[in-house]
Amino acid sequence: MHRDDFVRQLSSPGGDRRPSRVLHIDIPLLLLLLALCGIGLIVLYSASGQSIFYVKRQATFMLAGLFAMLVMAQFKPRFWERGSTLIYLGGLLALVAVLFFGVGAKGAQRWLDMGFTRFQPSELMKIAVPMMVSAYLSKRYLPPRFKHVFVATLATLLPVFLVARQPDLGTSLIIFSSGFFAIFLSGLGKRYLVATVLIAVAAIPTLWFYVLLDYQKQRVLTLLNPGEDKLGAGWNIIQSTTAIGSGGWSGKGWTQGTQSQLNFLPESHTDFIIAVLAEEFGLIGVLSLLLVYLLLIGRCMVIALNAHTIFSRLVAGTLSLTFFVYIFVNMGMVSGILPVVGAPLPFISYGGSAIVTLFSGFGILMAISTEPKRI
Amino acid sequence: MMHDGAFSDPARERELFARRLFVGTLVTLLLTVVLSLRYFDLQISRHEDFATQSNNNRVLVRPLPPSRGLIYDRKGELIADNRPSYNLTIVPERSQNVEHLLSELGKLINISKRDIDRFNKNLRRRRHYEQITLHVNLSESERAILAVNGHRLNGAETSARLIRHYPHKNLFAHAVGYVGRINERETQTIEAVKYSGTDSIGKIGLEKFYEAQLLGTVGSEQVETNARGRAMRILDQTPAVSGDNLTLYLDSDLQRVAFDAFQGERGALVAIEIETGGILAMVSTPSYDPNLFVSGISQKNYDGLLYSNDRPLFDRSIRGQYPPGSTIKPLFGLIALQHDIVTPEYKINDNGYFFFKGIERPWRDHNFARGGHGDGVDLSKAIIESCNIYFYGLGVKTGIDLLADYGSQFGLGAKTGIDMPSERPGIMPSRAWKKGAHGQSWFKGDTINTSIGQGFMLTTPLQLAVMSARIASRGDVRTPRLVKSINGVEQPAAEGGAKIDISPRHWDYMHKAMQDVVHSSRGTARSINKGLDYKIAGKTGTAQAISIDAEEKYDSSKLNKNQWDHALFVAFAPVENPKIAIGLIVENGEHGGSSAAPIARAVFDAYMESQEPTKLVTR
Repeated sequence: MHRDDFVRQLSSPGGDRRPSRVLHIDIPLLLLLLALCGIGLIVLYSASGQSIFYVKRQATFMLAGLFAMLVMAQFKPRFWERGSTLIYLGGLLALVAVLFFGVGAKGAQRWLDMGFTRFQPSELMKIAVPMMVSAYLSKRYLPPRFKHVFVATLATLLPVFLVARQPDLGTSLIIFSSGFFAIFLSGLGKRYLVATVLIAVAAIPTLWFYVLLDYQKQRVLTLLNPGEDKLGAGWNIIQSTTAIGSGGWSGKGWTQGTQSQLNFLPESHTDFIIAVLAEEFGLIGVLSLLLVYLLLIGRCMVIALNAHTIFSRLVAGTLSLTFFVYIFVNMGMVSGILPVVGAPLPFISYGGSAIVTLFSGFGILMAISTEPKRI
Repeated sequence: MMHDGAFSDPARERELFARRLFVGTLVTLLLTVVLSLRYFDLQISRHEDFATQSNNNRVLVRPLPPSRGLIYDRKGELIADNRPSYNLTIVPERSQNVEHLLSELGKLINISKRDIDRFNKNLRRRRHYEQITLHVNLSESERAILAVNGHRLNGAETSARLIRHYPHKNLFAHAVGYVGRINERETQTIEAVKYSGTDSIGKIGLEKFYEAQLLGTVGSEQVETNARGRAMRILDQTPAVSGDNLTLYLDSDLQRVAFDAFQGERGALVAIEIETGGILAMVSTPSYDPNLFVSGISQKNYDGLLYSNDRPLFDRSIRGQYPPGSTIKPLFGLIALQHDIVTPEYKINDNGYFFFKGIERPWRDHNFARGGHGDGVDLSKAIIESCNIYFYGLGVKTGIDLLADYGSQFGLGAKTGIDMPSERPGIMPSRAWKKGAHGQSWFKGDTINTSIGQGFMLTTPLQLAVMSARIASRGDVRTPRLVKSINGVEQPAAEGGAKIDISPRHWDYMHKAMQDVVHSSRGTARSINKGLDYKIAGKTGTAQAISIDAEEKYDSSKLNKNQWDHALFVAFAPVENPKIAIGLIVENGEHGGSSAAPIARAVFDAYMESQEPTKLVTR
């Protein structure tokens, strides 16, 4: 690590001296993120049963996230490229440690107790995996050869497997997508893509009989027939689709959603919060939110296209595609087209660690976006 | 930048990336369209359906708690049932001023600071139309006061729910155990849906072992609510299914007799019905009132139980591990007879010391006066008078391997497999065990200590009773059980094991010797034979609580009572046709004959009385 990784073009004569450049902030990205946070807090107030307690805590998480983003943005992409393997290995070690000494709730072991705070290694891996795979592939001749694809796949599947064991299917899905996107963007040959799809299809029976736990199978079955399990996951889906459907074009109005306000909707302030938004702001609200998400992803893609190194391009592209997976999985599961896997809606669902992770990812995107072109 | 040999082509790489990103963007847009269509379908195409569902049928599903299975003794007497308990709850939405309501309530009934703190914590987290508990276990007069003042206490409600109740209080505390609030660790292991209507779970004893059967199945009701969330009408109900009722082998009268016979001494007794392996009585004293734990025990009460020197929370009957002392002698005698190591005719001369070649320090007989049991001690006399010197020789000649092998057949050194959680296995020492536990090889001296039930050997009172039952039944191996039937369905006897191979004449011989322990004029338990109209076979034992050197004499007057020897007794009755077997210990009771045997006699008397048909009619 070099000194110039930290001290940026401040010292370079003729550098851009606008405050946004000095602080390595991408203004459009920042504005879109702030818009999402604003929407998130407004919906959360209603979804938590008008609890200012949750709103205050969530706002605190968001401030912490913004700070984390600023810090991440100050490092050069080169720094992340060099450090990625080390961060990845550290994360992997922590994941193994979680299996043995992890703490958690409701049957899942996800955290490491560090004494002063709890640390969730799977969150770290959401960023470490795309960075490590991108760094590894960008050092090779692209499109990657079989050997390199193999190594990159292995590096992805290892944490995916460990996280699935916790069990945390939602997060392991995100990690899997990020590794896959990095390999895909690096120019993976078409026949590999076809092979991947075939292997995935062939793996479904294996997953069903040997990997998925009973309750996870139950959730898939619930998707097919939500009426079966009225007290459990089926209840969530029945209620969330009712909430969404009763919203109509323009919704029932803020804090006026009967489904969410009357406690029909479990997890209404966390994973199922989109149902509250859909009920109270209608399809217009849902589409507006999707639009903000798409603008954000679009901005990230522009950053990816303009990035100066292969590593930067891969990371930026991967993070933006992965960000969409969050949205698709969450909105798909709440509206009943995907099984319930436990995935938050980015910046809208209540929960601290997810928010800090998301912001950190965008911190790296900002570092890439504000990277000066090398001479 | 490093590349794998080949030259890189930045322009081509950039273009490849751009193409791939374009594909990714297309897929993203496509999936966004899928999502939008799904939401369009729900919100626009099927809006009418969902709007109706949401407006007209504000249906809430509420869990209906099942009532926990009841526990009966063998005669149908209730040992654990459910009683209503009344809580004071507040629905914040329905009270104009919660602060004011709290102070009003505080004037009427006694509400602690702890109640209020907990309430305020929940108030911040729960929704304003949810019930929040303020005070649990309202007394009858408190309920009356609240009912009278109900009109000015808007938002406050008393709600009833069933809680576990143990009518016999401390009598069955250890065997039956208790339920308590589900704690944080348990919430991580239980299935949330199954417990959605319940806030308690079996913590120890049968309540824990049979949790799955006792719990029952949660039901649900669909309730229509008004716009403010209040239940107006029940639309559909799936009733809860009560938990299974357990009927035990335990006999509460026998249990009471056994418990009282301890007269406050520390100890434990297990009585087994020989024919079935069913537990007739299972006592550990002192005991405690399990009702204290049901809705959360106060710290003060808990500390009182936890730090008491008498350790009332400790289940001595299955977790207390004591050296069996001389109670092991009938078993070892049987082994030696079966393998022709001694014969009934074989006699020794006992002068009070046992020398083993190569070891200067002699083994002494702590049980008996100096000078020993004298001339002509045969196996029968060694049992009746409990002669250690005879058994030192017998043990050495038999060898630890045979002793250990038979010991485990008689239920020692391993969990008996009773239907209770957290049973302890005791120790039946063997070469392999010592190697594993101490990393040392076995010495002859270890065998000598083992041969009188001292040294490494440890047994639980349950194991003593099991051993006694297996001797009484002439080698039938049955796993002890507490539960006789579930919901009236007789439980099949658990797999025991192969019958223990000892020839009938040896059983006869040992039964006679054990009968003489009680019924002959020199027997160590002769004190209990007065007025007996049936025959008891038994064996007393004494277990050292502290170690005493061979040259010292055990003198209770020089020791604190908690250093006194433990008194043990194993027995069965009636000898001709054994029905009931007992193993028991009185901690620091000193002599098996004087302090332990009378307890067994009391239990036997009560059992024999209950067996007489006429008594059954008049009862």
